[in-house]
Amino acid sequence: MTGALLSIENLSARSRGPAGVPILRNISLSLERGRIIGLIGESGAGKSTVAKAILGILPAGIAVTSGRIVFEGRDLAALNERALRRIWGEDIALVPQDPMTALNPARRIGAQLTDGLRLRRGLSSREADTRALALLEEVQIREPRRVLRAYPHQLSGGMRQRVLIASAFALEPKLIIADEPTTALDVTVQKQILRLIKSLQARHGTALLFLTHDLGVVAKICDEITLLYMGKVVAQGETSEVLGQPRHPYIRALLAASPRYDRPHSEFAPVPDSVFESMRAEILASDTRS
Amino acid sequence: MNNSLAVIRRLVQSAATLFGVGIVVFILLRVVPGDPTAMMIGPGASADDVIALRARYHLDEPLLLQFFGWLRSALSGDFGTSISLHRDVMEVLLSRLPATIELAIAALLVAVAAGVSLAVLATLYDRRATAGIINVAVGLLLAVPDFVWALAFVLLFGLLLPVLPLSGRIDPTLDIPFHTHFILIESLLTGRMTVFADIAAHMVMPVLALAIPLAAIIARVLTASLSEAMEADYVLLARIKGHSRLRLVLQEALPNAIGPTLALTGVQFTFLVGGTVIVERIFAYPGIGNLGVDAVINRDFPLIQGLVLAFGAIFIVVNLLVDLAVTALDPRLSHA
Amino acid sequence: MLEQAQGRASESVREKAPVTPRFALRLPVARLSDPRILAGGGFLCFLVVVAVAAPLIAPKDPLEQDLISSLLPPAGLQGADPSHLLGTDDLGRDVLSRLIYGSRTALFVAVTAATLACAIGSVLGLLAGWYRGAADVAISRLVEIWMAFPPVLLSILLVAVLGPGVHSVIAAIVIIDWTRFCRVVRAETMSQGARDYVIAAKTVGFPRLNILLREILPNVMPIIVTLLSLEMGIAVIVEAILSFVGLSVSSDVPTWGGMIAQGRQILHEGWWVFAAPLAALSATVLAFNLLGDGLQRALDPVRQR
Repeated sequence: MTGALLSIENLSARSRGPAGVPILRNISLSLERGRIIGLIGESGAGKSTVAKAILGILPAGIAVTSGRIVFEGRDLAALNERALRRIWGEDIALVPQDPMTALNPARRIGAQLTDGLRLRRGLSSREADTRALALLEEVQIREPRRVLRAYPHQLSGGMRQRVLIASAFALEPKLIIADEPTTALDVTVQKQILRLIKSLQARHGTALLFLTHDLGVVAKICDEITLLYMGKVVAQGETSEVLGQPRHPYIRALLAASPRYDRPHSEFAPVPDSVFESMRAEILASDTRS
Repeated sequence: MNNSLAVIRRLVQSAATLFGVGIVVFILLRVVPGDPTAMMIGPGASADDVIALRARYHLDEPLLLQFFGWLRSALSGDFGTSISLHRDVMEVLLSRLPATIELAIAALLVAVAAGVSLAVLATLYDRRATAGIINVAVGLLLAVPDFVWALAFVLLFGLLLPVLPLSGRIDPTLDIPFHTHFILIESLLTGRMTVFADIAAHMVMPVLALAIPLAAIIARVLTASLSEAMEADYVLLARIKGHSRLRLVLQEALPNAIGPTLALTGVQFTFLVGGTVIVERIFAYPGIGNLGVDAVINRDFPLIQGLVLAFGAIFIVVNLLVDLAVTALDPRLSHA
Repeated sequence: MLEQAQGRASESVREKAPVTPRFALRLPVARLSDPRILAGGGFLCFLVVVAVAAPLIAPKDPLEQDLISSLLPPAGLQGADPSHLLGTDDLGRDVLSRLIYGSRTALFVAVTAATLACAIGSVLGLLAGWYRGAADVAISRLVEIWMAFPPVLLSILLVAVLGPGVHSVIAAIVIIDWTRFCRVVRAETMSQGARDYVIAAKTVGFPRLNILLREILPNVMPIIVTLLSLEMGIAVIVEAILSFVGLSVSSDVPTWGGMIAQGRQILHEGWWVFAAPLAALSATVLAFNLLGDGLQRALDPVRQR
């Protein structure tokens, strides 16, 4: 998979210690430049762990046991923090999940936005401010000047998330990892943010790894989809294929379980336990085999 | 507008506290067992002299009248005459206060610089041995009060390394006229560097003795706050943007950690000022602290009253400033 | 919701009822082996033994002057007399014996003053934090005014007013430092009072004094014990300062502070007169602080690093 921007090859990880359990099971993933992959799975399926592994910020209790994470030809898992620091912000950026805690309450928005610009691009504060204003306008924030001088607590959740998105795109990275960026927001705001992310991505040509547990989100903006369960890839491929012609019982069940807003009186059918049990059995069996 | 109301309320509270201090001092000194006049009079005084003295200090009037008399003169700045020094109390206080202020401020600056640096270092090298060493050292420093440090310095620099002057504020042979009593600042501003160096040399030990306990407390509290702040999500996000660890500590964590440290520093600073009483004594430093011990031994009531009120006023002002600073520094409080 | 809470409360009360109510200190004995506690506590035990057995172990009479043998250096240095292990002062008095007797004053003042301040401050703190209302307002305002006074100056002032002597020193320390206990105990009482089972007990209708004594107090005790240890260290210092200035016990009773003051005058001729009591003082204060620090870590699981 030489053309890919990011190529995860057989990545496995487990928790440290004698009672270690597998967290990631032989995950492979290929992300091309400018494409959007949805990494979907329920809580605990391993999405965040994959993201942390890519960024190199796995918690102390989890260790990569095999596989490679190849970004532009370099194995990220083998790099130390100093080398990673050069890639962070420049080539890979993160849009975090919780806009309430991701911004420093003691610093103005402008300062936090222009950080990277002044550090990496050597811009003067005036130049950086101008660029920051342009970014804020791009994420459709009204009164960008006021927001620039404001503190995080003065902004709503939706506005904060826009700021975080702007911050991620600031240095024009090649890859952005969006960690459930709409989960912490109101439903009404979620749609706007999704559209925003999609349009920014298209305009800047950034590759996007979109972590979510919401199939609806995936269907709307992702080109490809990788479905995780218990740290293992259960389904992978073009969105239209995977969702349009669902082969795996889990996907079928998930699709059936999604609430349909256009048919308010339709039956709500949760994923049957049998589906989970059979997946679990299969995964644990393949564990002992490998 | 909320802010100014709160400030005014604090000011009124402070005034009330100062008033309370005054009352307590007044009562304390009036209910002293033993006749205060006994100390004020030399031997061979006649009974008439005693009566005259008692009349002059209103000691025979009912307590309430005495209090109002004292209050009236206090509000006009007249605290009476010092019995032991035979000078106006206000004048004595004003002439000695600058020395103590210079000492206290210098100690504060040293303590903050040292304390913050130690805390930042301990946080920077969090997982390595350096942090452990700093923590243990700070723990030891914390246990030793300024009194003991002062004495230790006397031993060290008086006996083993006699490089620093052990007493006084300035070399008595340097007969230089000064306009104010802030001779450290004045000599610096007027460019008299040798004089400045001499005064500074006299200040080294008392300042260090006062500063070390405060620095240790600042280091301890700030290290804890910094470690907590470093766990925040926004620090992780800043790290992912590629900032160095030093930037993370200084730019992201420090502004959030400084609040509680500031409040504590304010409180501890008042203890530092209280510590000048004994540290000035040990180094024969001519400030108001040194004055206090003599005043008490000599039972110089007017002077004691003036001194306690002066210290009380310093405390209250410092507390007020700290409250204002803490409010100003937290954007959530000032930019609601 | 209230009925649920009440139901839960009466259940837990019923569960607890059969147990004989006892005043439990809740000291986790296992963690008391912290090196800090052992080092600090060990030194202090040694010091107590020295102080109590002073007449038996002091080699000489601390007041005995011998002007012929004045300013003898400690054993090991040139000109020393082996019968004066730590040398003599300018009046020929044995430094070691004075040091040993000095520990009596130090410990007596430390224990008495700290315990009294602790008792008064803790009681007021418990009352203010538990009963709140007018009592709390009055006590808090009192503490605030009290704390506006510079401690050292106030202690000197009080001793001057009360006249020199051990009782004045103790009174001064108690009068100044009870506020420290009051503040901390009040805060801790309030935080303990906010816990679920306490609120439950109140709702069920347990007499408030009972709850205070049986639920709150045992949980506040660890902090009180820690503060007590630290306060003793402070008391030793205050006594030393007061005797340094000459306002403590009468001058024939040897005190560490007095020895330090005397030693400062003859620093170049007899540095040991200055250094020995300074070392003893430092070690004692350090021991109290180590003990307090160790107790804090052992008794408060949250703050354990």
